[in-house]
Amino acid sequence: MTVAARLRSLATGRVAVIGVPYLWLLAFFLLPFLIVLKISVSEMETVRFKDLLSFKDGVLHLTMRFSNYAFITEDALYFKTYLSSIKYAGVTTLLCLLIGYPFAYFMARAKATVQPALLMLVMLPFWTSFLLRVYAWKGLLSEHGWAYELLTATRLDVALAAVGVIPAPGQLMNTPFSLVLGMTYTYLPFMILPLYSNLAKMDLRLLEAAADLGATAWVAFWKVTVPLSKAGIIAGSMLVFIPCVGEFVIPELLGGPQTLMIGHVLWDEFFSNNDWPMASTVAVVMVLLIIVPLAIFNKYQAEAQEVRP
Amino acid sequence: VNPKLFGKAWLAGGYLFLYLPIAALVIYSFNDSPLPNEWRGFTLNWYVKLASDTEMLGGFWLSLKIAFMTACASVVLGTLAAFALVKYKRFAGRTIFSGMVTAPLVMPEVIIGLSLLLMLVSVQRLLGFPERGMMTIWLGHLLLGLAYATVVVQARLNDLNPQLEEAALDLGARPWQVFMLVTLPMIAQALLSAWLLTFTLSLDDVVISAFLSGPGATTMPLVIFSRARLGLSPSVNAVATLIVLVVSIGVIAASLMIARNERKRAREMAEAARN
Repeated sequence: MTVAARLRSLATGRVAVIGVPYLWLLAFFLLPFLIVLKISVSEMETVRFKDLLSFKDGVLHLTMRFSNYAFITEDALYFKTYLSSIKYAGVTTLLCLLIGYPFAYFMARAKATVQPALLMLVMLPFWTSFLLRVYAWKGLLSEHGWAYELLTATRLDVALAAVGVIPAPGQLMNTPFSLVLGMTYTYLPFMILPLYSNLAKMDLRLLEAAADLGATAWVAFWKVTVPLSKAGIIAGSMLVFIPCVGEFVIPELLGGPQTLMIGHVLWDEFFSNNDWPMASTVAVVMVLLIIVPLAIFNKYQAEAQEVRP
Repeated sequence: VNPKLFGKAWLAGGYLFLYLPIAALVIYSFNDSPLPNEWRGFTLNWYVKLASDTEMLGGFWLSLKIAFMTACASVVLGTLAAFALVKYKRFAGRTIFSGMVTAPLVMPEVIIGLSLLLMLVSVQRLLGFPERGMMTIWLGHLLLGLAYATVVVQARLNDLNPQLEEAALDLGARPWQVFMLVTLPMIAQALLSAWLLTFTLSLDDVVISAFLSGPGATTMPLVIFSRARLGLSPSVNAVATLIVLVVSIGVIAASLMIARNERKRAREMAEAARN
């Protein structure tokens, strides 16, 4: 084969390798979202949506309807729902970080021979159904459930009621407490895994250097380990926060009347009210809420993948 | 406080938190009571009932088919996408491409489900197809599966030594021969784990399936979800136990196989070094 022919065949390979997944994503990821954007500003007719562009008397008309957006910004309930979605997602992220960081840290500092097993044990629940694990908490937190018995026997439910996350001692299910517990449980491995892979790579000689220079273990941890694991903290937090904002299954199974979540509102607008433009508007506003965290996540994801040893 | 002891206690507490719900699901699936969190004695009744539960069995069969198709297609498309990102550092719209690949990893599923459904409805109005059902659910799961498969394969490709492929090219192999004979054997393990991961993701999905399913296409998670919504149901515990059993066997078998391969490779490397 001549050099030119070899180059040609490489070039067609390149077009196929990039082109196929690219076109697929444009057709099934970007285009659908543009359609959502369009429907969110469309007027609903009985079966189909009015075209945005119409050609009348030789003039092109563009009809857009922003009343859905106006409604969302004016209506107190929507505003409160967005706010509380962000609040619950934020609290969940914080709890995952508080539990997950020490967990990942001790995993990464465990004996090298046991680390693969420890890692496998974190991944294993991830492979068993997420839906069923959330359902399990329904049983654990209801009367006679293990968690219910434990929390009431230790009088911790009184403390939870005092903080205001459950309405009264002994009422654990369908409360902000059960919702956040379920989300923390579900998303904890997503926090642990990036933190672990970050902490396991750390050069431990840096800690020796810190000790030589007079730092105590505690100071070295805060001044060396934590700053070096910044990328892992950000990646883990985004992996927890973004999906939590739009979570639907967990609020549906563990949340209650008090716990407003935006994913739930979108679902109701679509399936109960059949209001497609409103559901689309809710989706667009949700994307606006998560676009900044999403951009941060994509940047770190890309950087993590570009680095070569 | 002894830091070593504290670390062990923290890990133990964390694993207890992760595994307690699974243990409860399994134990109470043998509970002889319609309310599965008050122990009233041992029974296999719920498993017997499951065998004649046509709704659940039908959903299981449909989910299995969709998961199989999703895993196969995700690995093919994900490998292409991972190659595009690793091998070609510059092409038009690369940033958009890598953004679109990774976004479904974190994008709330209600948004993915809604947007795909609205597009499919528009297409249906124009062309008269597709009907909502198995194939549309598959399309939705594929979007999620592509993202996960790409990340898994991409991580492996990044670790490969590019000189091996360059050497094969120098020795006259054509690009597809290089891929089949050099690259593929080296990434086979990553492809297997991507396949298993996307298979389980698809088998587990509720939200995307709910948006994209049509009449008669009810997957197993949709059946479980509708029962779980109504309250506690021992049939769900029985299904959960079977899934836990199958997954544990699968994961243990896979990790034993991987460990054996690694040992074999280490032995071969040592032998090659001696010669």
